[in-house]
Amino acid sequence: MIGRTASRAMIWGALFVGGVLCILPIWLMLSTSLKFSNEAYDLSLIPNNPTFGNYIKIMTEGRFPLWLFNSLVVALGTTVSVLFFDSLVGYTLAKFKFRGQKIVFVLILSTLMIPTEMLVIPWYVMAKTFGWLDSYWGIMFPGMMTGFGTFLMKQFFETVPDELLDAARIDGLSEFAIFRRIALPLVKPALAALAIFIFLGNWAAFLWPLIVTNSKDLYTLPIGLAFFSGEHQAEWEMIMAGAAIASLPTLIAFLLFQRHIIQGITLSGLKS
Amino acid sequence: MRLSLDHMTIRQRQALTAYIFLAIPAVFYSVIRFYPALESFYLSLTKWNIVSPTKQWVGLANYQRLFKDPVFWKVLGNTFEYVAIGLPTTLILSFLVAYYLDKVKFGQGMLRAMYFLPHIASAVAMAWVWRWLYQPPPIGLFNNILTQLGIGGQPFLTSTVQAIPAITAPVVWAGMGFNIVIFLAGLKAIPESYYEAARIDGASNFQILRRITLPLLKPTVLFLAIINTIQLLRIFDQVYNMTQDGLGGPLNSTKPIVLHIYHSAFHKFDMGYASAATVVLFGILMLITLIQMKVLGKKS
Repeated sequence: MIGRTASRAMIWGALFVGGVLCILPIWLMLSTSLKFSNEAYDLSLIPNNPTFGNYIKIMTEGRFPLWLFNSLVVALGTTVSVLFFDSLVGYTLAKFKFRGQKIVFVLILSTLMIPTEMLVIPWYVMAKTFGWLDSYWGIMFPGMMTGFGTFLMKQFFETVPDELLDAARIDGLSEFAIFRRIALPLVKPALAALAIFIFLGNWAAFLWPLIVTNSKDLYTLPIGLAFFSGEHQAEWEMIMAGAAIASLPTLIAFLLFQRHIIQGITLSGLKS
Repeated sequence: MRLSLDHMTIRQRQALTAYIFLAIPAVFYSVIRFYPALESFYLSLTKWNIVSPTKQWVGLANYQRLFKDPVFWKVLGNTFEYVAIGLPTTLILSFLVAYYLDKVKFGQGMLRAMYFLPHIASAVAMAWVWRWLYQPPPIGLFNNILTQLGIGGQPFLTSTVQAIPAITAPVVWAGMGFNIVIFLAGLKAIPESYYEAARIDGASNFQILRRITLPLLKPTVLFLAIINTIQLLRIFDQVYNMTQDGLGGPLNSTKPIVLHIYHSAFHKFDMGYASAATVVLFGILMLITLIQMKVLGKKS
């Protein structure tokens, strides 16, 4: 019995050390971002003389506040659109009978097979033709609906009993009101999971925003950070402050809503 | 008669509602998904610099150029090297952590969070953090540790040999959180009674792992293998941010196929050639998905 407890403690200890190693780079990023440049090289885990100077500098002299705002607008805008349209389409495919239903579903599902990289060149041509380069719409339009979210929502709407919807029909509710007020509230967990998944994905998106934005004022945080870091290559404490600004919103959200986020990721992962 | 007519109108009304609900999505999927996908195939058969009003039809010339281009073979090789290094490392490390984490009763949530945190942090930000960790002494953490251990500094990102593993490390590190969570879900789905029965039969922990846990986890392993393979084949963010000027250097030694496509299309404006490369990438991804379906289909 003692041997068993000891081996349990060793497993726990090993997992803990591994976990510490995993968060070490993030910890070092945060601690260095709070250091003066002359202290940045000593790699101490806690700054001797903490300062917000780096943050103040990049927030006032650089465009970081603007990039932060752009990222929020783009990630939120895309998430709202995806939640609305993917659930509407998922609901329609799950709860209505009409000609061409199977084909529509298969076609939407087949878009999951098309990699983004194959679409960026035509998207760029399209954005150039319609004057969407360097605009929020230009960054957002490719992601306004997703085959993945549609599939996820369809799965969940299938569990909503038809009797409930028919009862609402008898009560004289319009079809859209039935969707919005009866069906949608019943799939809240799926909506939350999808929202987390889509928001995080768009917050971190790099390739397409890099292609579609030319003006620094339209950069999202990842593009802005890449540009800023390229310009300030030796000033690591500044780069770490920028990296912290780009990652802190999602890290804080994770610490606050840990269980929901992990459930959301598991759910989205398993359904895909 | 009347009843069936009423029935018909309800069905027709349903169909009409469905078409109205699907109208905007139909436009979206046609214009933003299917048309661009077809256009990629078309562009791959033309020579075009995006500025000129006309696209010149060249047939399969872009594909011939691709397969004669030593840089293309180099980036294809690099791309598969990312998979060859990243896939087994991610799967083995994630499984080990998940396997033991599943047995832990005290503080499981906290431990899981520690491994998951890198997954949630911005990939671009983390690429720069790791780039900093790899810097030569006295700046970079890794070289400081290696020097203190007496091993001596390593070039990491500036070496044509070490750069790909060095870039793969943060990809594995960030991906583990996701893999662990999926493995844990798979492990929790295995009924406790299987383990109890095996223990009554006197099976050792290792025998239980080999005969019960791993076989039952096969679908999870397969799913994760495919997801990770596709992600590694599409690697871009880390390479762009960890190599000098985002060029995939030194000497193209870290350049993956997506970065090659990006440069060909948006720096050299060689749209036909770049489109042909995207079609090849599409083909590779399709092939892997088909293999997955076949293997998965056999099992179930």
